[in-house]
Amino acid sequence: MKSGSNLEKVISSGYPAVTAELGPPMSADGHEVRKKAQLLKGFCDAANVTDCQTAVVRISSIAAAAIALQEGLEPVMQMTCRDRNRIAMQADLLGGAALGLKNCLCIAGDHQSFSAAGRLKGHPGAKNVYDVDTCQLVGILKKMRDEGKQEGGDPLEAAPKFFIGASWTPMADPIDFRPINLMKKVNAGADFIQTQGIYDIAGFRAQMARIVNMGLHERTAILGGIIVPKSAMMLKYMDSSVAGVSVPKSLIDRMNKAKESAGDDKKKARELQEQEGVRIAIELIQQVLETPGIKGVHIQAIEWESAIEGIVKAAGLYPRPTFFET
Amino acid sequence: MIVGSQKPIEEIWNMVKGFKKVLVFGCNTCVAVCHAGGEKEAETIASLIRMRAAQEGHAMEVNHLGVMRHCEPEYLDPVMDEVKKYDLVLSTACGVGVNFLSDRTGNIPVYPGINTSFYGAVEEPGLFKELCAGCGDCILHLTGGICPIARCSKTLMNGPCGGTNNGKCEISKDVDCAWFLIVERMKMLGTLEKLSGILPPRNWSSSRDGGPRRISVEHIRAFEEQEEKKAETAGGKK
Repeated sequence: MKSGSNLEKVISSGYPAVTAELGPPMSADGHEVRKKAQLLKGFCDAANVTDCQTAVVRISSIAAAAIALQEGLEPVMQMTCRDRNRIAMQADLLGGAALGLKNCLCIAGDHQSFSAAGRLKGHPGAKNVYDVDTCQLVGILKKMRDEGKQEGGDPLEAAPKFFIGASWTPMADPIDFRPINLMKKVNAGADFIQTQGIYDIAGFRAQMARIVNMGLHERTAILGGIIVPKSAMMLKYMDSSVAGVSVPKSLIDRMNKAKESAGDDKKKARELQEQEGVRIAIELIQQVLETPGIKGVHIQAIEWESAIEGIVKAAGLYPRPTFFET
Repeated sequence: MIVGSQKPIEEIWNMVKGFKKVLVFGCNTCVAVCHAGGEKEAETIASLIRMRAAQEGHAMEVNHLGVMRHCEPEYLDPVMDEVKKYDLVLSTACGVGVNFLSDRTGNIPVYPGINTSFYGAVEEPGLFKELCAGCGDCILHLTGGICPIARCSKTLMNGPCGGTNNGKCEISKDVDCAWFLIVERMKMLGTLEKLSGILPPRNWSSSRDGGPRRISVEHIRAFEEQEEKKAETAGGKK
């Protein structure tokens, strides 16, 4: 075992892994994290605790991950390259490990301009860091863990034992380069990969066939990304505006139909769309898990953690495997 | 070249309004090409300040001047006596020019008339684009001649992030994704396999992070020293 994390154990055991996502609040109130952790506990093998997603200031991933751990939910701490240089990154990795965190997902992070893209003021004038990129950060974690050395070469008396993750957007431009992109992250040391949300199963399977040809699926555990759709509007937005996400018209039509069947009743329209969204998510999970080379799913129910239980159960992924401490 | 853009006249007016004799001093190289701070633009700014001063009832003498470059003594020295006749110099050179001039004007302040923006090129008339970040350790041979430090919003070294959308960067539909361009260019050159290797964390000390930089060209300095010595010896013989 590289880290001994629950996620690593599940993946090593050969069960399809399930990860979920916990978005920390824009607040100093840790109860929100505890509530979300309780909603996810038992229904996933680990939950990603996002690191100021969309560059919006929230409880830090490490602090929220430590709270989740207290609640009995295994967290995947996230670390963006946007906000820290290699000094702060490694200090936080040591701190995270000292707090008992065992999984870390390395990501570039949304550009700070995203923080003001919606209704929030955000911090679009912030300076970004990008001292290292994702591949390099993965390499730093691996060097710390396996060689007991800092990036600069100084020794670590106790090495942080992280199960190292990275993200992958299989279907963004330049599409021919995406498999190489994944290969670089794997070569750098990524033990597991969580993909961008997948709706276009045919497109995803075509990219996965290339990955299987390259043998990458045997060197890392690829968890296919599922973003649970909440409304027809959300699906249309993701199709038109989110990089690397294309949503088949048939899925948008299904959501539109659910919405229209409620007539003028807005509450009912929301409920029916949510129900349809859950059904779509369950189908996508099954289709992703049937894709050669896939070792599990990463289910994101954004600001909707309560949906996870029903989805995981209906997808036949409950109960989650448990392991006795050795 | 260095690309800049003129500061708003309101900001300039607030800088200069407390002074009696103001010289708007243009630089006729980079910032003239980008229509921000050449002698022609200096002349326009000077007249705008005069008009504003007249409107506001300020007694103010405002003139303009231009030299080929603010960043070399060769061009500045001949005009320094003239420059020193003013209470304030509003330099429309880049920040380099403002600093360099400021070091030479004693108790006369030098203020910036433009915002210095980037190292760029003329994409098309009137459109300038950042192409280099002056990071001090060029890797363009590894990236198809397209710089990920200057042209990727996240200065990524090992390939695109997940934000590439139809070849554009996640920050704007008007910004090309540098990595999209790099991949396309290297495909065309038949060198895409070069991108398979991982570039390790880089040493940013060659960039601004290593503190203010200087480059000493030793053979030129040695030559200049020799010439000085020769001149001294020749002088001694007389």
